[in-house]
Amino acid sequence: MELSKNRVVRAVVLAILSLYALITVIPFLWSVSTALTKTHHVDLLLQNWGIPPEPTLDNFRYLLKHGDFGRWFLNSLIVTVCTTVGKAFFNSLAGYALARIDFPGREFWFWFIISSMMIPSIVILVPRYLIVHHLGWLNKYKGMIVPSLTTAFGVFLMRQFFLTIPKELEEAARIDGLSRFGIFWRVVLPLSRPALAAQVIFNFMEEWNNFVWPNLVARSRDMYTLTVGLQVFKNEHYSFWNQVMAGSMFLTIPIIIVYLIFNRWFIRGITISGLKG
Amino acid sequence: MLRRLRSQKVQDIVTAYVFLVPTLMILGIFVFAPVFYAFYLSFFDYDILAPQNSRFLGFGNYLEAFRDPVFKKAVKNVIYYASVVVPTQMVLAFLLALGVTSGTRFQNFFRVAYFIPTVTSSVVISHIFLYIYSTTGLLNHILGWFGIPPHNWMEDVRTALPAIMAMNIWTTAGQYMVIYTAGLNDIPEEYYEAAKVDGATYWQRLRYITLPLLRPVTLFVSMMSVIGTLQLFDQPYLMTNGQGGPVDSTMTVMLYIYKNAFGGYFRMGYASALSVLLFLLILVLSIIQRKWLGQEVQY
Repeated sequence: MELSKNRVVRAVVLAILSLYALITVIPFLWSVSTALTKTHHVDLLLQNWGIPPEPTLDNFRYLLKHGDFGRWFLNSLIVTVCTTVGKAFFNSLAGYALARIDFPGREFWFWFIISSMMIPSIVILVPRYLIVHHLGWLNKYKGMIVPSLTTAFGVFLMRQFFLTIPKELEEAARIDGLSRFGIFWRVVLPLSRPALAAQVIFNFMEEWNNFVWPNLVARSRDMYTLTVGLQVFKNEHYSFWNQVMAGSMFLTIPIIIVYLIFNRWFIRGITISGLKG
Repeated sequence: MLRRLRSQKVQDIVTAYVFLVPTLMILGIFVFAPVFYAFYLSFFDYDILAPQNSRFLGFGNYLEAFRDPVFKKAVKNVIYYASVVVPTQMVLAFLLALGVTSGTRFQNFFRVAYFIPTVTSSVVISHIFLYIYSTTGLLNHILGWFGIPPHNWMEDVRTALPAIMAMNIWTTAGQYMVIYTAGLNDIPEEYYEAAKVDGATYWQRLRYITLPLLRPVTLFVSMMSVIGTLQLFDQPYLMTNGQGGPVDSTMTVMLYIYKNAFGGYFRMGYASALSVLLFLLILVLSIIQRKWLGQEVQY
């Protein structure tokens, strides 16, 4: 709704929005400039309006040389990519079966899957940890990846999307001799790119930033993801804020780049998942 | 012909189950089984390091929970936290969304900027704020301009939890702003035009068109927000080294569960009982909220 044509009112709104944008951005800028500051200059930053007296990449060099950030980055990447791709695939498979194949028990399984949305994942943290422990999956990639390879909400979303694809397309493909999986893989999935993209990008962010679960499953230093590693690193380098902030860039910069490229999809993802309730 | 149809049918059933099996197995093993397992464990004294010594306690863990002062403190903290954070972040998000959709300039820039905290890891945000809140940090420096003496925000029993609240409001306002923006954009412009023709002022249009039509969105946002705050874990864990200090002032229910299970006590049974209680609390609150805010939400 348009607020007013009055130029003063508009200027005031613009000023308030800009002020809040500053409040949002300043902590990030502050951390970037600290990451670029030498250790003995950190205390000078406040007097210098946040501008590093002698900007330097020393902190990053130090981390790459002495820290395990390379390894942690790789672990984060492996876990995030496997989970995100696997989730997109399995959610689509299940969503397709529920949307398009007529079989006895369909209603039942649909509600079975939907009902798991009622269970907040953090509430089942302890028993889930014990199950992974009994499976012998602690400190292994599969322990971090497999439990989140599917989500009820993702299945539900894909099902809703598949219902909007005209059935005739699939029938034509069937007459051409494609199997069910062939139809799913070569006809339905390519048509579902928008739904898949929104899901993949949103899940990528969630997994990349996930802390609680890898913090439990990864036991040894070489298995840490970036989130876990960064927290451990902070406790070891407390008060060396320039190094801690440099370390956090390994986590932040990739996701900010992905976000700036795909921000439309992020927003779509959050709007859809906002409907989760 | 009939036989071919029948074999088609059988093939369909087989395919459907093959497609569903991965999802059903993962949900079964890692979502449903844990719920029953938690319920089961909540009646036992179970030590992960010595499972052979586990003892059946009946309702012992639950009785202990109701007497446990730290658990009571955690529940109190979480309710205090939710009662401040939920309304504040919703009002802030709504006002930002109103501003962004008011036909202002740079609206895309604002939208992108406000959303940045949402895509950033809680670990990074917690570290940045620990740094800003530190005695020699940016916050104290800025307050110094107004003559306010420096304060150790995270070490003071009175300010540690409010400091985390402020951070959380800052983090999530943009996320809920995006949802409100989508809701506002769904309201047809014609409604406002018609009201304008009838001489309605901006406030009247806001009061009688925008707010009632946004009711479902408000329900969503408030439910997400309440459920999210009740499960608060990352930020107090990250900012207090998993201790919930000083003196339990930032202890939350989830953090206490975690501490019991993994923080050195290894009391899995007690942690499970607390998990069951938290689950019931969330369930009851979301039912009340649904009733209170009226109409059922449709997908």
